[in-house]
Amino acid sequence: MRIPVGPQHPALKEPAHFLFTVDGEVVKDVELRLGYNHRGIEKACESRSYIKCLYLIERICGICSHSHTTCFAQGVEEILGLQIPPRATYIRTIVAELERIHSHLLWVGVAGHEVGFDTLFMYTWRDREVVQDVLEDISGNRVNYAINTIGGVRRDLDRRQIDDMLAAMDVLEARTRYYQKVATTESTFVGRCQGVGVLPTDVARRLCAVGPMARASGVPYDVRRDDPYAAYADMPFDVISVDMCDILGRAVVRVLELYESYKIVRHALKNLPDGPILAKAPRKVPAGEAVAKYEAPRGEDIHYIRANGTEMPERVKVRAPTLANMPSVIESLKGGYVADIPITIASVDPCFSCTDRVVVLRDAGRGDERVMRWEDLQSYAARWHAR
Amino acid sequence: MNILIELVEVLVFPGLAFLVVYALFCEWVDRRAYARLQNRWGPPWFQPFADLIKLAAKEDVVPAGADRAFFTVLPIFDVAAVACAFLYIPVFGARAVFSFSGDIIVVAYLLSLPTLILFLAGWYSNNAFSVLGSMRTVTQLLAYEVPLLLAILGPAMLAGSWSVSDAAVFMRTHPALLPLNVIGFLVSLIALQGKLERVPFDIPEAETEIVAGTFTEYSGRRLALFRLATDMEMVVGAALIANLFLGGTAPVGPVPGFILFLAETLFVVLLLSWIRATCARIRIEQMVAFCWRYLVPAALVQVLIFVVVKGWWLA
Repeated sequence: MRIPVGPQHPALKEPAHFLFTVDGEVVKDVELRLGYNHRGIEKACESRSYIKCLYLIERICGICSHSHTTCFAQGVEEILGLQIPPRATYIRTIVAELERIHSHLLWVGVAGHEVGFDTLFMYTWRDREVVQDVLEDISGNRVNYAINTIGGVRRDLDRRQIDDMLAAMDVLEARTRYYQKVATTESTFVGRCQGVGVLPTDVARRLCAVGPMARASGVPYDVRRDDPYAAYADMPFDVISVDMCDILGRAVVRVLELYESYKIVRHALKNLPDGPILAKAPRKVPAGEAVAKYEAPRGEDIHYIRANGTEMPERVKVRAPTLANMPSVIESLKGGYVADIPITIASVDPCFSCTDRVVVLRDAGRGDERVMRWEDLQSYAARWHAR
Repeated sequence: MNILIELVEVLVFPGLAFLVVYALFCEWVDRRAYARLQNRWGPPWFQPFADLIKLAAKEDVVPAGADRAFFTVLPIFDVAAVACAFLYIPVFGARAVFSFSGDIIVVAYLLSLPTLILFLAGWYSNNAFSVLGSMRTVTQLLAYEVPLLLAILGPAMLAGSWSVSDAAVFMRTHPALLPLNVIGFLVSLIALQGKLERVPFDIPEAETEIVAGTFTEYSGRRLALFRLATDMEMVVGAALIANLFLGGTAPVGPVPGFILFLAETLFVVLLLSWIRATCARIRIEQMVAFCWRYLVPAALVQVLIFVVVKGWWLA
């Protein structure tokens, strides 16, 4: 029997299509189709100035918006040869970790919801409001903080904000201890996550898994440590890695990473250097190219930028972490139960709108591509609606 | 005149009308308690009524591939089966509206009918999610039905009668035996949670996995009837547990006994909400393993306790 999951399905908050071949309750094969939400952001960037690009790039993802802007800004700054002030790197780091905290808390709730544990969902999302309030306080927005600009950050932190943030970290740490207890001892939750969605270490390496997905499979790769950016070189933190290889491992990695984030935020706030927050950047970027890497909450985010000496980039390419994890999730779904499909897909913390790209369908028999021009699309739509 | 009284008893109180109103009230209690346990406010008291009316007014779609006759008849059968079962359970006064020796079997049968109806409803929907849901429904039935029957059997065995009313009368006149019945109470509570397909046993309608399982293709009036039947089933199950394990209407006169009955059923409903709020949904094979490995032996221990009690204490 073939079960479609998506593009519209209660377990998926974004459109993607998985076609499962099942034998009773066991998954035999999976086919994935992306491309339902392609927005053409990369192309749109080519006709906008770098500053405008930053705002567009911020909207790639609703949850890791800061990740994408930081990654893009770092790439542009590299082409410009611009050194940004230390205070700005610290503020970028603080916002990045706050974003990671809210993203991981969100994931714990979603994981609970996927296995029918709605109480956990309600609790984590309530406590996530603490960090959302902090973000709103320092940036004016709950998501899409717009704190980055080319050459630094747009808003400074004052004494009261720093004190409020330190207090919020204490609240969140206490709550995280409770979630750690629930996620590792509640027998129904552990029963649903242990030994499910297994991704062995060698497979994780071979399929280039990133982020918590890789770290839960015993691949201790973290851009923050292995290729430090912003102020991470000064930050004391450990790369959390476990070799459980299952969904419980991914939950444990994310919960333990929360503690590291609290540690980083506290350290950065207490050692915040004085000085300016912005280095002046020219409007025109000289010809050159750069690849920027960034450890987003979901894993390694890569931006490629090619400049041609004008105000607008010639090419921008985004590789969001979810795309890197898709081969791994397909692998970990095979051989599992139908009941475990949602939690296994959710265990990579997928963000399909970040990931989506145009899918070109090839004719299976002849293997040739079909090119559709704008006029073709219009007439196709007219014909489809006239049916 | 007698027929008139019987008609009122069947259709109004303590029959159908009371059951519907009380079922919707219990749904509210359940939703409110669930919400408070999750640190939310939950809906106002009239929300289940409003939901029912709204759903009944919605467009009712029968999919092209579904069997129209079955699609229409099954929700009505569901409500009817549950409403019939309620008539054999004491609510007001010492005895139920109808009772005869052997009505425990009838109640057990009428309470397993909804499960089979859900299976048929899913099967005839002609939808992959519905079919998966209906297969899970039946698999689950095989898991919880045996412990539930064994647990109900205990009080009946003590009373030496196959009648719910007789067993209830016996338990309420021997309150000293109630503490001995704790295992049976817990087993039947958990099995009832499975019967009602609620977390952690909401496997057949697991929203994130198979959309709505059996109910995927249902909408409008038919879905409203199914939801109403599930609420009614919760009340009937709670009433059965209250009568057999908590003392039921107690020999204190009809009206105080009735109030006591309401308190006991609400207590059972609250326990069910509490289970729902503190668990994740388990997998179907975990559910079957749990029922046969823990619930059935526990129910057997309960039966053994009663055999000993009946042999030495009551002899």
